[in-house]
Amino acid sequence: MIKSQKDFYSGLMFTLVGAGFALGAGNYSVGTGARMGPGYFPMMLGIVLAVLGAFVTFYSLVEHTEDGDKVGAFAWRPLGYVLGANLAFGVLLGGLPSIGLPAMGLIAAIFALTIIASKAGDSFVWKDVILLALVLSAGSYVAFILLLKLQMPVWPTFITG
Amino acid sequence: MDLFSNLALGFGVAFTPINLMYALVGCILGTLIGVLPGIGPVATIAMLLPATYALPPVSALIMLAGIYYGAQYGGSTTAILVNLPGEASSVVTTIDGYQMARKGRAGPALAAAGLGSFFAGSVGTLILAAFAPPLTELAFKFGPAEYFSLMILGLIGAVVLASGSLLKAIAMIVLGLLLGLVGTDVNSGVARFSFDIPELTDGIGFVTVAMGIFGYGEIISNLSKPEEDRELLTGKVEGLFPTKEDFKHMLPAVLRGTALGSVLGVLPGGGALLAAFAAYTLEKKIKLKPGEVPFGQGNIRGVASPESANNAGAQTSFIPLLTLGIPPNAVMALMVGAMTIHNIQPGPQVMTSNPELFWGLIASMWIGNLMLVILNLPLIGMWIKLLSVPYRFLFPAIVLFCAIGVYSTNNNTFDIWMVAGLGFVGYLFLKLGCEPAPLLLGFILGPMMEENLRRALLLSRGDWSVFLTRPLSGGLLAAAVLLLIIVLLPSIRSKREEAFVEE
Repeated sequence: MIKSQKDFYSGLMFTLVGAGFALGAGNYSVGTGARMGPGYFPMMLGIVLAVLGAFVTFYSLVEHTEDGDKVGAFAWRPLGYVLGANLAFGVLLGGLPSIGLPAMGLIAAIFALTIIASKAGDSFVWKDVILLALVLSAGSYVAFILLLKLQMPVWPTFITG
Repeated sequence: MDLFSNLALGFGVAFTPINLMYALVGCILGTLIGVLPGIGPVATIAMLLPATYALPPVSALIMLAGIYYGAQYGGSTTAILVNLPGEASSVVTTIDGYQMARKGRAGPALAAAGLGSFFAGSVGTLILAAFAPPLTELAFKFGPAEYFSLMILGLIGAVVLASGSLLKAIAMIVLGLLLGLVGTDVNSGVARFSFDIPELTDGIGFVTVAMGIFGYGEIISNLSKPEEDRELLTGKVEGLFPTKEDFKHMLPAVLRGTALGSVLGVLPGGGALLAAFAAYTLEKKIKLKPGEVPFGQGNIRGVASPESANNAGAQTSFIPLLTLGIPPNAVMALMVGAMTIHNIQPGPQVMTSNPELFWGLIASMWIGNLMLVILNLPLIGMWIKLLSVPYRFLFPAIVLFCAIGVYSTNNNTFDIWMVAGLGFVGYLFLKLGCEPAPLLLGFILGPMMEENLRRALLLSRGDWSVFLTRPLSGGLLAAAVLLLIIVLLPSIRSKREEAFVEE
């Protein structure tokens, strides 16, 4: 019987990741203490992590908690939109040669990011979102391009050439 | 006096118009983001780090330091006016600060926090200036074995003093250490855990880790909670100045908070957060004077002391970083990253090889604190306006700054994929109740630890007992073990859990 769901799953996560690192470290030469190979330290840490994870899992089965420490539902909507906004920004800003998408530049990327990220919130009003995107574009242009001189495309390449 | 000539050098550097400007910019940005609830100092610094790439190293560090203590000041404003801590270190300030604001005494509460912080910051800076040189001397006696043991002590200290499950925190450190090892091994040139992805042979960028796990993780978890009814007590900020009576209660509390904060800041894992909690607990133990408001109902001491403590701790936590090159907490881990980007290897040699940087940074801290008092007290109205901006306008802006920050680090789209993945991982950590700060600390220390372990064992021909037989190293390890034992004692264990749960 799982007494703490959070601990149970985090323990499993630690064990799996630790074991993964330890196994992966086996691909590199491990060496001895006096002459440590590239695999030595990661293998050691991987084993430690796997053991720690096992302890966490073990305690989650024995130590009583008040409410079972439920993990609870994942907030997929904000998760998807926030991370999606970030991905859209990166792809539009720099372009994605592998699918033949040219760089669309900072301004287009900001509009896409603002619109997608705003979808993650409780309310979505087109007028406000566009206004926000305009303000953010102007602000970013002044701060990052004019003042900080970051090197990034501002307008789509098919316009600037 | 060496101290004075050093400080004179420092002020010479810090008082140049360009550095004054960057200190000001840092303080403003720090306060700005500190005032916004839901985004902590680690995410803030990670976000703004790329903006400092183009600056000379001194200016960059001055600005980053300004962001850090600016966030401390800003966090207390939200704590008092909205009952939402802007930073974790202001959590205790909400208890009495918000009550004061509800009774129409927001002004004195803000003043107590601001003036207390300024005093504590000044003292913290002086302590830093006075103690850095002797500690640096000590650091030169350290060999690889000592450094390895010191890092163990630091990492253990970091989890012992933090809240939450000890076992999970240690596991997070180890996970961080492992992630830090991804990339090319300096000794053999082997690309470890890179899965043949060329970008990964340089290792995982620490900006991506900090931004993904802290920045996006925090935003997503904020959005998943229903929007709270924020009761904004803005109309009631009038009469900034505390009464004579207030000053009488405040002064000893500020002194106690400063002393406690300065000591706790130096300890590994200490820093602002722990200092604030400890200071509040201490104040509560001290008997109320006749006519004083009880704690939890708006006692000015409950604001002055933790606010002084967190600012003193914020300053003195620079000591281990600047003298030993070892970050005592996650924010300082970011400073290590910032220094490395500017080709400065943090450690005892910084003071001798880069005295302008070292003393300039210290002097700028005092200047920054002064700027913050001005920014936060007379200009409080400006920040209050900002608080009334709804979150739906704020979070897309935060997401944008994170994205620009990530992209401008390497100008490489790969980082954008990476940060999306890490953002998911960060959210997962939050859901599973795994505190991410130790992971970041481990991530920074991973390669350093491996290198020192390798050297120590090479010198001892593979004999592990070297860590125990060298007196300094043995002592450090003994301290680490002692810390662990103390925390695991049943009586302390329950106290520790209590200390982080304030009503």
